[in-house]
Amino acid sequence: MRELSLHILDILQNSLEAGAQHLVLEINESSGANRLIIRVQDDGRGMDRQTLERVTDPFFTTRKTRQVGLGITLLKAAAERCNGALEIASKPGSGTTVTAAFQLDHIDRAPLGDIKSTILSVILANQQADLHYVHQVNGRRFEMDTAEIRSELGGVPLTEPRVRRWLEDYLQQGYNALYAVEDDKEPLTGD
Amino acid sequence: MPKISSLADLRQLRDQAQRDIKTRLDTGTTITVGMGTCGIAAGARETMRAILDELTKREIDAHVTTVGCIGMCVKEPLVDIEQAGQARVTYGNITADKVPELIEQHLVQGKIVNQWVVGRLDK
Repeated sequence: MRELSLHILDILQNSLEAGAQHLVLEINESSGANRLIIRVQDDGRGMDRQTLERVTDPFFTTRKTRQVGLGITLLKAAAERCNGALEIASKPGSGTTVTAAFQLDHIDRAPLGDIKSTILSVILANQQADLHYVHQVNGRRFEMDTAEIRSELGGVPLTEPRVRRWLEDYLQQGYNALYAVEDDKEPLTGD
Repeated sequence: MPKISSLADLRQLRDQAQRDIKTRLDTGTTITVGMGTCGIAAGARETMRAILDELTKREIDAHVTTVGCIGMCVKEPLVDIEQAGQARVTYGNITADKVPELIEQHLVQGKIVNQWVVGRLDK
């Protein structure tokens, strides 16, 4: 995949399909430590040890609609070619945590890319789950929790067109603050 | 960080939305984009982005939602359009560049774009 945010979308979709009600996405970019850490934590059905051992096998999948499962495999390969690693912790009934680490300035590290659209895709997913998104870039921090937003909305769905536009705006403001960009300017980070 | 005023905006639009949500849900349009690994790799996120932009540009109110893989990976990105009282139509290989025409034909003119249809569920 061309962008890390596409991998993130894929992993978050896995969580939704595992029946998660609450997802936590943490992204931490640190030039000082030269690390980019992506962590997805869910409260989905989790995996037993046997499944966990096979999850990075591209020819293993639990779904019936096709015979390959590439999501985790692709993320693992992306992390490992950037002097990083992929870790998965999971227990049946108590959810799964996927952590991918990358060397931030590695030549093969794909850009994070359009993370706003990734977040929006998950928020608009038809399996209703709450997403807590915490993004840090060299100490700057942006946080968004759909559980809080939903409680403000009192029954109006997040997919409602005006709400959706508000979410887009909110994410854009957060993104600008994280990368310290002026309005209407592209960030200078190469992403 | 986002300004605190945006929360006030949210509350204001909640009040507006609550008033006409009933009519919208009964008569509205729902667009669903396939967002499994296969869809994502084929550009589904960009397709969703293009749909959102096109709806905003044309001021069309529609719910947009995403769904995992339905097993028709070769036809991704898949886009499903359901309008109250009409056939539910699934379109295949809808890359972002096809979105403006799809919205124009299906939502604005009310014509099904037959060459892109991969499935249809009549009411």
